[in-house]
Amino acid sequence: MNAYLSKTLHFVAGDAQADRVVPPTGFTARLTVFAAAAMAFLTVFALALSLATGRLADRWGDALAQSSTIRISAPEGQMDAQILAVMEVLATTPGVKDARPLSDEEQHALLEPWFGPDLPLDTLPIPRLIEVVEDDDGYDAAGLRARLAGEAPGAVLDDHTRWREPLVRAAERLRALGLVSILLIAATTAVMITLAASAALAANAQVIRVLRLVGALDAYIARAFVRRYTLRALAGATVGTVLGMVALAALPSADAAGGFLTGLGFQGAHWLWPLTIPPLTALVAFAATRNAAITTLKERS
Amino acid sequence: MRKRNRGYDVIELEDVSYGYGGGTLLTELSLKLAPGSFHFLTGPSGAGKTTLLKLCYGELLATRGRVALFDQDARGLTRDDVALMRRRIGVVHQDCQFLDHLSVAENIALPLTVSNRAVDPAELNELMKWVGLQAQAGAHPPELSGGERQRAALARAIIMSPDVILADEPTGNVDWEMSLRLLTLLVELNRMGKTVMIATHDMNLIRSAKAQVSARVLRISDHKLQLAGADL
Repeated sequence: MNAYLSKTLHFVAGDAQADRVVPPTGFTARLTVFAAAAMAFLTVFALALSLATGRLADRWGDALAQSSTIRISAPEGQMDAQILAVMEVLATTPGVKDARPLSDEEQHALLEPWFGPDLPLDTLPIPRLIEVVEDDDGYDAAGLRARLAGEAPGAVLDDHTRWREPLVRAAERLRALGLVSILLIAATTAVMITLAASAALAANAQVIRVLRLVGALDAYIARAFVRRYTLRALAGATVGTVLGMVALAALPSADAAGGFLTGLGFQGAHWLWPLTIPPLTALVAFAATRNAAITTLKERS
Repeated sequence: MRKRNRGYDVIELEDVSYGYGGGTLLTELSLKLAPGSFHFLTGPSGAGKTTLLKLCYGELLATRGRVALFDQDARGLTRDDVALMRRRIGVVHQDCQFLDHLSVAENIALPLTVSNRAVDPAELNELMKWVGLQAQAGAHPPELSGGERQRAALARAIIMSPDVILADEPTGNVDWEMSLRLLTLLVELNRMGKTVMIATHDMNLIRSAKAQVSARVLRISDHKLQLAGADL
């Protein structure tokens, strides 16, 4: 491990004289830095998307799995009796931890996005909702439905299964897409750096000829190129990552707007995840350039 | 100081042929370069002098026969082995190639740099003085004249104190005075114990060497290597 660390430190520190044997290549240098920065910026967003959808899937999965709703539709005069009957049934149902009818204000808040703030709730025949929270063991939904049909015919149990599962599935797929995007970005970064390194190697054919003539080993020639491209990718990725993190931090807060898109960002320790992007980009650049250099040197032997 | 090779020739070619594209450039060629020997290689343009030199420093592999560099079969050498051999064989080309973004001094010290060996400024300065390039140390290769480039290439070829120096038309682009100066430098190196082989078609240069060194003159003719007249 120490030998590996020492090798890595030696690689990063470099050898000023050895670095100079490859002439500066302004054009490909700028391209590599820009490509690495752009890819790191996109990776930050793909990572944020993946983590946010992961949180969403967990939240929907956990919160909705343990809650359900009973909707009571009954004529005005029978509503209170039906609510009472349902509450009594729920009180004696094993697996129900808590149950409560939603208040007028809560129902109003639920309908406000569709009907606006001035909805005269009391004048409309709106069903009443009872929120049911189950305990860890859960209740027997079929049994509860049968009991409700007998005790409160206007009550319908909605255990959220119908719409919770597709939502959780969608969130999980979105998370997977985020991860696939990160892999594609990494692969694209590797391809772009390989092309830039290959172009630099081709442009420096004479340099390679001279270095070989004076006894340079392949590893020495490859290292001169690999180190340069790895450090460029690291610098570009650092800039791109910082910009991406700043852009995410500048998004409106989830609490203020309350939507999914505004929740796209990092929370708590998740802010540490993007810090892995620059070293990983450098690792991708190292592997890509090394492969390009070794292939080119082999072809020119 | 590197140990002298005892018991084997530094470069040995045994019944070597080389051809490309279906044609044969060199055939049935045998040659031994003993440690400390001095050879001239002559022949008309296109006869294969450069090819023979390339076979001698592992740049090309013979299509037939055996080439041994320091008693090692060239065919069994990896690219890195060849690179390590180059540290023992200094090569001077007619069209000396340098790294144009480095100074002359850095170019001359390049073999040390790529070997991860420290460059002693005093020794480098002494070498540059010896080849008469002290004033050009900080200049870049494109600023040098033809003769200066040849001398810089010679200095680069010998900075690792190689056992063998192979020079391909080293006087091809320089005037007569400079040719003699380069020849004198190569003769001095030979007196230090280095094996030297110079490929040239300049017979005047070979005659001029007569007074300075005991050399063997080889000639490539009809794809074969022949001893040209008596040894000088």
